Amino acid sequence: MVDDIPEEEYLYKGNTSCAGCSAMLALRYILKAAGPNTIIVNPACCSTVCQGSYPRTAYGVPVLNIAFAAAAAAADGIASAKRNKGKNIIVFAGDGGTVDIGIQSLSGAIERNANILYVCYDNEAYSNTGMQKSGSTPLGAITTTTPTGRKDSKKDIDLIIMAHRPQYMASACAAYPKDLYGKVHKALGIEGTKFIHVLCPCPPGWRYATEKSVELGKLAVKTGMWFLYEYENGKITLNAPTKAALKRPAPLAEYLKPQGRFKGADIERMEKEVKESMGRISEMTERSERSREAAQ
Amino acid sequence: MKKMATGNQAVAFAVKESDVEVIAAYPITPQTEVVETIASFVETKKMDASYIRVESEHSAMAACIGATASGARSFTATSSHGLLYMHEMIHWAAGARLPIVMANVNRAVGPAWNIWAEHTDSLSQRDTGWMQFYAATVQEVYDTVIMSYKLAEKVNLPAMVCLDGFILSHAIQPLEITPPGDFLPPINLPHALDTKNPMSYGNLTAANDYFKFRHGMHMAMQQANKEARTIENEFAQRFDRKYGPVMEYRTDDADTAIVGMGTMAREAEMAVDLLRKEGIKAGSIRIRQFRPFPKLNLENKKVIVFDRDYSFGAGGILAQEIRFHNDVPVYNVIAGLGGQDVSFNMIADLVRRAKAEGEFWLGVD
Repeated sequence: MVDDIPEEEYLYKGNTSCAGCSAMLALRYILKAAGPNTIIVNPACCSTVCQGSYPRTAYGVPVLNIAFAAAAAAADGIASAKRNKGKNIIVFAGDGGTVDIGIQSLSGAIERNANILYVCYDNEAYSNTGMQKSGSTPLGAITTTTPTGRKDSKKDIDLIIMAHRPQYMASACAAYPKDLYGKVHKALGIEGTKFIHVLCPCPPGWRYATEKSVELGKLAVKTGMWFLYEYENGKITLNAPTKAALKRPAPLAEYLKPQGRFKGADIERMEKEVKESMGRISEMTERSERSREAAQ
Repeated sequence: MKKMATGNQAVAFAVKESDVEVIAAYPITPQTEVVETIASFVETKKMDASYIRVESEHSAMAACIGATASGARSFTATSSHGLLYMHEMIHWAAGARLPIVMANVNRAVGPAWNIWAEHTDSLSQRDTGWMQFYAATVQEVYDTVIMSYKLAEKVNLPAMVCLDGFILSHAIQPLEITPPGDFLPPINLPHALDTKNPMSYGNLTAANDYFKFRHGMHMAMQQANKEARTIENEFAQRFDRKYGPVMEYRTDDADTAIVGMGTMAREAEMAVDLLRKEGIKAGSIRIRQFRPFPKLNLENKKVIVFDRDYSFGAGGILAQEIRFHNDVPVYNVIAGLGGQDVSFNMIADLVRRAKAEGEFWLGVD
């Protein structure tokens, strides 16, 4: 299937993203998977700007821009109107709009099993407003509101989403576009609420050279800073790059060093946290495997 | 069909008869009966609509925005804190030019907690670009919801139908449930989200175009003032019930005008009858349409404005509006806050004692 990625583009040249923006790379493949029968709901985030300014738009599908906290509810409103049956209703929201200010409406929408796909493109800060700390900012990261590095740990939105038992959930990364395409394609074939969390490296925010977005996305997965997996029917399935990373993770420093935001970070403390989270996902995966075996 | 119904039920019946496609609902006292009654209509298949039990009023209005942006007729109802909680989305709905109709059951705003009638909640939404109507009877509630959909869809601005908490929301009066038929044709939003004609709505817009959008809302409000009259006339011809932007009572030869909104202004009509018996030539002007604000005929009248609301540091909100639009002295009575009972006897007494100008807080001054 992944080799059948359509040639058609629904994200046009001239979008006003920063150089090396991997959120737009992600969106390009999301829209390829979704096709033209799609409506995007866009809360305040980088993507608000990336569309370009009125009267132009760089997105080849209709977009409803909406206030920061309101995306999931607005998307449910569209999905609930009978006239929109069969259309893909996709929220494209940043991490601040998802894990912080938008978490209430997202929680409500999943609880109601709204027939939407909610994509959180996660660049780990309020990048659009100039890289302030969000609930998704990792330990140690320098942002404009944590100028000496974040001292506490990020919110694990995935576990919060899982507690809602959505129809489908996946963690992906813009550096793995085929994987992302496949997950979006699969999600859109499922009725009810789907959630895909996409790590999107951000050159100006993370302070690295613009050509390194894909490389850093891959390093995030290889070091175990980020996982690629799917969650269906209460069970977790790890994807191949994360399986490999859990067996033999790349040294965390390889991921941290190229990024200015981790300058002066306590690498040992970060390593400990990454190890803990790898242990947690391994445990959850094993539990899923055991329950699968028991069911057979 | 004629039956006895509460103000809240009248809202629900009107929503049912208006063929609303999507309802977003979050409960708050004293609005609850509206969303409960609609839920029962939907679940017993008396009404074919999607009913979204949202987790907040902010999401209620967001869901209505989503539904109507895609071309569907939507509805929500709220009150007081719920209205304030959705404030951001109230602006958004108007700016997006979406003809959403919402019922607001007027209630005081905390602290202290108080669930009874007051107009400060909806009047604090004055500058959002919503049309606002204040009803005074159960029948008027029903009729105003139906006329509001027609008007909103004509001018592409949202409309708020306001009714006093408990005094009207829970009062039982006769209600004629008139199916609107082709008085209310299906909604046809010119700028609905369309996958065959992809456009971005609400994206980043520089001052020039933003300014034009805001001017467009201003023009639509002006147009609404004309369209509302046409719609009221058509409604009267079809259903034999006549409404206007203001409902005047015995004002023809009046030298004293009692101005108010909602149920307190209906009470004022009884005060007028009482005062007339004493030889005081009083008349009542009930403001039904607060936005767009109507023209009033107050010339050569002593003007007494009853405000069930207040803007701290300024005065009664209705009185301010009247002073702004009319070059007349105003005696402003602040009455009924937090559900304070204001009877026609009290109103008559205040009129008897009214000065030419000034402010008076009932029960305090």
